[in-house]
Amino acid sequence: MSDNNISRREFLKIAGTSAAVTAVAATGCGKAVDSTGVGDTSTSVSKNIPTDKMTYRTNPKTGDKISILGYGFMRLPTISNQSARESGDEIDQETVNKLTDYAIEHGVNLFDTSPAYCRGFSEHAMGIALSRYPRDKYFVSTKLSNFAPQQWTFEASKAIYQKSLKELQVDYIDYLHLHAVGNGGMETFSQRYLDNGMLDYLMKEREAGRIKNLGFSYHGDIKVFDYLIDNHDTYKWDFVMIQMNYVDWHHANQLNPMNTDAEYLYNRLAEKNIPIFIMEPLLGGRLAKLPNHVQEILRTRRPESSIASWSFRWIASHPQILTILSGMTYMEHLQDNLSTLCPLEECTDDENKFLEHVADEFVQFPLVPCTACQYCMPCPYGVDIPTTFTHYNKCVNEGYISVSQQDANYVEARKRFLIGYDRVVEPKRQAAHCISCRTCVSHCPQNINIPQKLHDIDDYIEKLKQGTL
Amino acid sequence: MLKKIRFWLALVFWVSITLLFLDITKGLHIYLGWMAKLQFLPAILSINIGVILLVLALTFLFGRLYCSIICPLGVFQDFVSRIAGRFKKRRFSFKKENRSVRLYILGVFVLMMIFFAPIADLVAPYSAYGRMVSLLFQPIYQWIHNIGASIAEHYDSYAMYSLDVWFKAGWAIVVPIVTFIVVTVWSWKTGRGYCNTVCPVGTLLGLISTKSLFKVNIKDDKCVNCGLCEKNCKAQAIDYKLHKIDYSRCVACMNCIDVCKKSAIVFSRCKSEKAESKATSEVDESLRKTLATTALLAVSSVVKAQEKTVDGGLAVIEDKKIPNREIPVKPAGSRSYKHFSNHCTGCQLCVSQCPNGILRPSTRLDSFLQPEMSFERGYCRPECTRCSEVCPTGAIEKITREEKTAIRAGHAVWIKQNCLPVTDGVSCGNCASHCPSGAITMVPLVGNPDVKIPSIDSERCLGCGACEHLCPVRPFSAIYVEGNLVHGDF
Repeated sequence: MSDNNISRREFLKIAGTSAAVTAVAATGCGKAVDSTGVGDTSTSVSKNIPTDKMTYRTNPKTGDKISILGYGFMRLPTISNQSARESGDEIDQETVNKLTDYAIEHGVNLFDTSPAYCRGFSEHAMGIALSRYPRDKYFVSTKLSNFAPQQWTFEASKAIYQKSLKELQVDYIDYLHLHAVGNGGMETFSQRYLDNGMLDYLMKEREAGRIKNLGFSYHGDIKVFDYLIDNHDTYKWDFVMIQMNYVDWHHANQLNPMNTDAEYLYNRLAEKNIPIFIMEPLLGGRLAKLPNHVQEILRTRRPESSIASWSFRWIASHPQILTILSGMTYMEHLQDNLSTLCPLEECTDDENKFLEHVADEFVQFPLVPCTACQYCMPCPYGVDIPTTFTHYNKCVNEGYISVSQQDANYVEARKRFLIGYDRVVEPKRQAAHCISCRTCVSHCPQNINIPQKLHDIDDYIEKLKQGTL
Repeated sequence: MLKKIRFWLALVFWVSITLLFLDITKGLHIYLGWMAKLQFLPAILSINIGVILLVLALTFLFGRLYCSIICPLGVFQDFVSRIAGRFKKRRFSFKKENRSVRLYILGVFVLMMIFFAPIADLVAPYSAYGRMVSLLFQPIYQWIHNIGASIAEHYDSYAMYSLDVWFKAGWAIVVPIVTFIVVTVWSWKTGRGYCNTVCPVGTLLGLISTKSLFKVNIKDDKCVNCGLCEKNCKAQAIDYKLHKIDYSRCVACMNCIDVCKKSAIVFSRCKSEKAESKATSEVDESLRKTLATTALLAVSSVVKAQEKTVDGGLAVIEDKKIPNREIPVKPAGSRSYKHFSNHCTGCQLCVSQCPNGILRPSTRLDSFLQPEMSFERGYCRPECTRCSEVCPTGAIEKITREEKTAIRAGHAVWIKQNCLPVTDGVSCGNCASHCPSGAITMVPLVGNPDVKIPSIDSERCLGCGACEHLCPVRPFSAIYVEGNLVHGDF
């Protein structure tokens, strides 16, 4: 594995391991991820991925060279039992270590996590995986995820930050995010970071060198973003994380009136020369598996490239981007992304125009804009929200959502929707059990009206079952 | 030749009826449902004159062919006895008929059918077999099927899907276990011992078969008294020394004809012997015991919305428990509790066919092993009328989907102290939004108008259990269904 070219035998071994994981992992962090990374393994697996061609970007403040591909620890593989439906899955640490080794070997040096990810076990897993390397070989990025009101006090927030240091087994953090500012608007932001003096504290920690770079990750209410950028002179953000890809560039607002187009966010940050982290490069996998006819157009242009690679190339072609975080659950995801970015072949003007068209097509589809980030989970009434949406989207993409019984493929579509739903979500966790308590709504970074969507899906299921479509 | 025909016909019937009970495709009843309706006791209970006359005529013409071809319990015993024969050949010998015991059991059976059917049903052959297959073997069959389904899933095929496997009978599973052991051991030792001692249908048909037109006869001139026929007679009805056959126990299996080397046994017309007969057939509909009613409101532990600090995971969901229903809910089409109890033999065909996991045998004494509904695993879906289609006894009469929307099998009852809006101040209304007949309206609670609670229009409620099943409160729902003693008109 230390050779520049991984031997075929070793490669098969890795691919085998990850395939085995693919077969069983389906809950917890790994749950929604079958669609997160690459849609097709046929194009990506048979490549030789160079270990010395990673594209790096320079942090203007520290001069650090950061790999354009950052490893996101939000969608880690889990050890699942065969039923793969019950909660309480453990992270598959052995596979995480293997993935980390492979990533580092191929030039990845930035690793991102949060105290909230994977039911709170992600940081710990990252600590184990990375502490096997010298501290100067990698950069850690984590967040202050004080979401629950009882965590809004200074003491509770500080405890979260200190726990991060301990879990990650480091004495300084390279990149610390104020996590998901914008959710809940200015009011929530003030309570989480301003009123309790937490932001002042973190800025002092930055001065003390225990935080190398301080920034924030943003979703939702644009007022918070504007406020923080307007006051850049006070806070001196070292980086900011936004959601950006060729669909969100011009269509984020169209997909959800609560959200802002990425073009605006990017330009404001570029104006202030703030390095940008990118999250959701694939919209939780939705840009890795497009509707069949759209996928065909992309394949025609670059038959050798995965569908996911388009989004990475498009994002990386923007100079202000410091790194793109991708939650790679399986070895194929990692390999595909590495082969896209080692080295990067930038998008041409022509390709950019073409992707605009793809985005236009994409938003025509009635997908639920869920990225399967699991922030809504656990639902207090046990509903498996992200898997429900992932299943629905899968059926949309594959053309298995019926409009009426007259549809040519109605029987097959009905079978696939109903049987497939029972397979991925056990009946007592299905959409019918949503009581509209709306606990999830404030947690969703994509501002999806989750109960409404669940009810729509439940209505659709009822029509399929009763044969009244 | 005759034996071969009998053998293959029996095999077809037996396998088909067994598959009907095991059925996981849930579509076999369309093709095989008539086989269940041919069964004698169910035909009597559903007053299916055609079938009753057919079976009686068949017996009058050819003897107890019914027992060796149509009755699945009979063929099952032949199957067991056949295996036993591998170990010990020619093991039978003539036994005298114990007629008084047989008639006594038949008499008690008829009385029990009139006054306390669930106990009588325990020995009824078809339903005893149905209980064995449905309650004991179906789960095993489904479990094997699920292995196939998981393979299908692995290959992304939608040809098979996983089934919810559970033993439906609760403690009453001892009944099919005991039946299985008794019948297996008995037939291992004495072939058709059960049929010729206990089985009321066997005794009844035996009364007719003594006078049947065609019978197995031993030709005195050809017989060399070798005794092979007697040793191979699983009904133990041949006395080779006297060249006599007890026709009340002979099930016309034709094994003796096949085994006789001298062709001394033939199936032919012969003069009937004199035999006493007793008229016993019609089973009256009559009052059965009224209900024993004891009910306690099950106070429920309520789901507490947990405060979220980390992402992902699934909240633990407690399984629902069966509430204490004063009156059990019987499936739509059964008309009334009384009608149902009078007709059902507890064969479990509807239980094994129910696609929603609702029907299961009752463990109440007054309707022992007769199916009732409960909603922990699903509810009685508006588009489904399967149980009414398969019922061979007419206990659940055939209804259409449209008729079902007008049958009030039960009514929902609200339990205030369990209801989430009352206990936790959370707005809910899942019962109201899923009620197929729109019988539930959310109304402000008196004294606290911010809290909306369900109000039930019993006139519109069908007792389908959607509200009970989808209520978020566990293990006991805040709304549950009580059965109606008499179902609304249809």
